[in-house]
Amino acid sequence: MILTAEANGFLSPNGVEIVFLLVGVVTLGAAVITVTTRQLVHAALWLVVALGGLAVEYLLLTAEFIAWVQVLIYVGSVVVLLLFGLMLTRAPIGRSPDADSENRWVALAVALAAAATLVTVVADAFRSTWIDLDRSVQGSPEVTGESLFRHWVLPFEALSVLLLAALVGAITLSRRRGADDAPASPKQER
Amino acid sequence: MIVSAAEDLSVFGTDPWWLVCVKAVFVFAFLMVFVLVSIVMERKVVAWMQRRVGPNRHGPWGLLQSLADGVKLMLKEDLIVKGSDKVVFLLAPVVAAIPAFMAFAVIPFGPADHQISIFGERTTMQLTDLPVGILYILATASVGIYGIVLAGWSSNSPYPLLGGLRSTAQMISYEIAMGLSFAAVFIYSGSMSTSEIVNSQDERWFAVLLPVSFIVYIIAMVGETNRAPFDLPEAEGELVGGFNTEYSSIKFAMFMLAEYVNMVTVSAVATTLFLGGWRAPWPISGVWEGANHGWWPMLWFTLKLQLLIFLFIWLRGTLPRMRYDQFMKLGWKVLIPVSMVWLLLVATVRALRNDGYDFQEITLYVAGGVFAVLLVSLLVDYLREKGDKEEEAARSLAPQEQFDPMAGGFPVPPLPGQTLPPVPRRKPRSERQLVPAAAESLNDTVSVDNTAVKETDGA
Repeated sequence: MILTAEANGFLSPNGVEIVFLLVGVVTLGAAVITVTTRQLVHAALWLVVALGGLAVEYLLLTAEFIAWVQVLIYVGSVVVLLLFGLMLTRAPIGRSPDADSENRWVALAVALAAAATLVTVVADAFRSTWIDLDRSVQGSPEVTGESLFRHWVLPFEALSVLLLAALVGAITLSRRRGADDAPASPKQER
Repeated sequence: MIVSAAEDLSVFGTDPWWLVCVKAVFVFAFLMVFVLVSIVMERKVVAWMQRRVGPNRHGPWGLLQSLADGVKLMLKEDLIVKGSDKVVFLLAPVVAAIPAFMAFAVIPFGPADHQISIFGERTTMQLTDLPVGILYILATASVGIYGIVLAGWSSNSPYPLLGGLRSTAQMISYEIAMGLSFAAVFIYSGSMSTSEIVNSQDERWFAVLLPVSFIVYIIAMVGETNRAPFDLPEAEGELVGGFNTEYSSIKFAMFMLAEYVNMVTVSAVATTLFLGGWRAPWPISGVWEGANHGWWPMLWFTLKLQLLIFLFIWLRGTLPRMRYDQFMKLGWKVLIPVSMVWLLLVATVRALRNDGYDFQEITLYVAGGVFAVLLVSLLVDYLREKGDKEEEAARSLAPQEQFDPMAGGFPVPPLPGQTLPPVPRRKPRSERQLVPAAAESLNDTVSVDNTAVKETDGA
């Protein structure tokens, strides 16, 4: 299943590896356009391309369960909700010149730092291990579920607490100050 | 009885390439023909329900009506709104239509054990199957939302935007209930692949075993396809045509096509998950051994599909459109909690069975649990009703807020807590003509205010 890289040279890639790299380039490009474009709704649509590209990468690694969950949750719900929020507030057609928080350089620095950390951690964690995609399915629901609920239960639960905290935080932030004594309208609570 | 068999999907993916192409074309053609038939059927059946004749000009009994519709739509002028976002405007109908077709790839038309032969090649009656087939269907359905949302946005016009917004909220909220009703099926079938789910309905259909899930799914599927009584995104009384107001010609046809293909797809999913898929219905399967072999399964599948389409049409012919807040309340406050409690129940029964408890004990536990939940819900309902009544009383005692029907310079509906000023009413004609002199004394019995009195006095 997991072999070392010695048997697999980096200089003679097979078809899946080439496709993997190409899709990766597309995903990265879409992600960059997402944060640089001045058209709000187009940014959300480029985000769809980036997340869809990630799903294709999962499929190429035979993790079809994760891939379809990615499409269902991120493409199908998160970005749709994002579009929903955009359209409820304002969704101008064309450029929106005020869509610039003027934190461009700070954002770039944070993004580069995060990318550098992730790349070093992942590269260090896996080093020269090699996944053989032909021999056995690595990403079937059984395998994923077993490793998730047997070996990674604690991080999984911690993540759900994190999501809950984010939810509570969003509600707290969106409630106006001084609204505590007055009963909140049901729409705000929802 | 129900043992989740080990998944074996190795029969799929062995077809030669030409057979895959044949099957893909067949699925496409099946969907198109089904859509054409169901459009004619819808118009005819709704007409009969309203005691009309319905389309009867094209072909015998108007059977070619949908072909005529299609040709007419294609010959119409193709308008592109000047202020629109052109790329997205052109992309939206395509995005709406393609995922609708994609979901059908994993629907089984027949058994998965090489029952039929096409040009001498033994094969399965299914394009392909995935270990996560149902997840794939859910994912493609959620991508289909983009077509409607983007159509609404890119038209650069308020009514389509409102239609797009409505459909987004609608589909997202009903997808949750839908997913929860699927989860109960997964617990019983032990698999997410469509062919395995049909296999595990060997003894009884999941509609019988999991009636609550079935009902929740039927409601959610009508909401998901934007059909009456949940067709709020295209409520013509409120939003002109909804998200497709600015579309014409073939792009409009694509939206209509997507809607009907979605109808067929969700009906096929309902058939596969709850109604035994390609299996023959009970009395037939009891007396006729060969009913589930050879090409026959396709007949049963098509019949069940047709019945569900009829259900859609029946609903449209019978029920008025729901109000938007009622619709959201139904989704979030009824369907989701009910299906969550039901899922908990199903999972508990499954776990008890896996641990080897016998039937009577399980019944006892389940009955106890159901009664406890019912009791709690009744209690909560009772308390809340009391609170509501007190609130109502307090509100009626509180001074009424002045309602200004032209607040902000344009007519607005009253907010909660405000009441409309009494509408001036004219008296019934008989009273005005017969006893004009008694108008003053009638003021107490008939609700007449000053303007109406003046009117009668002048007359």
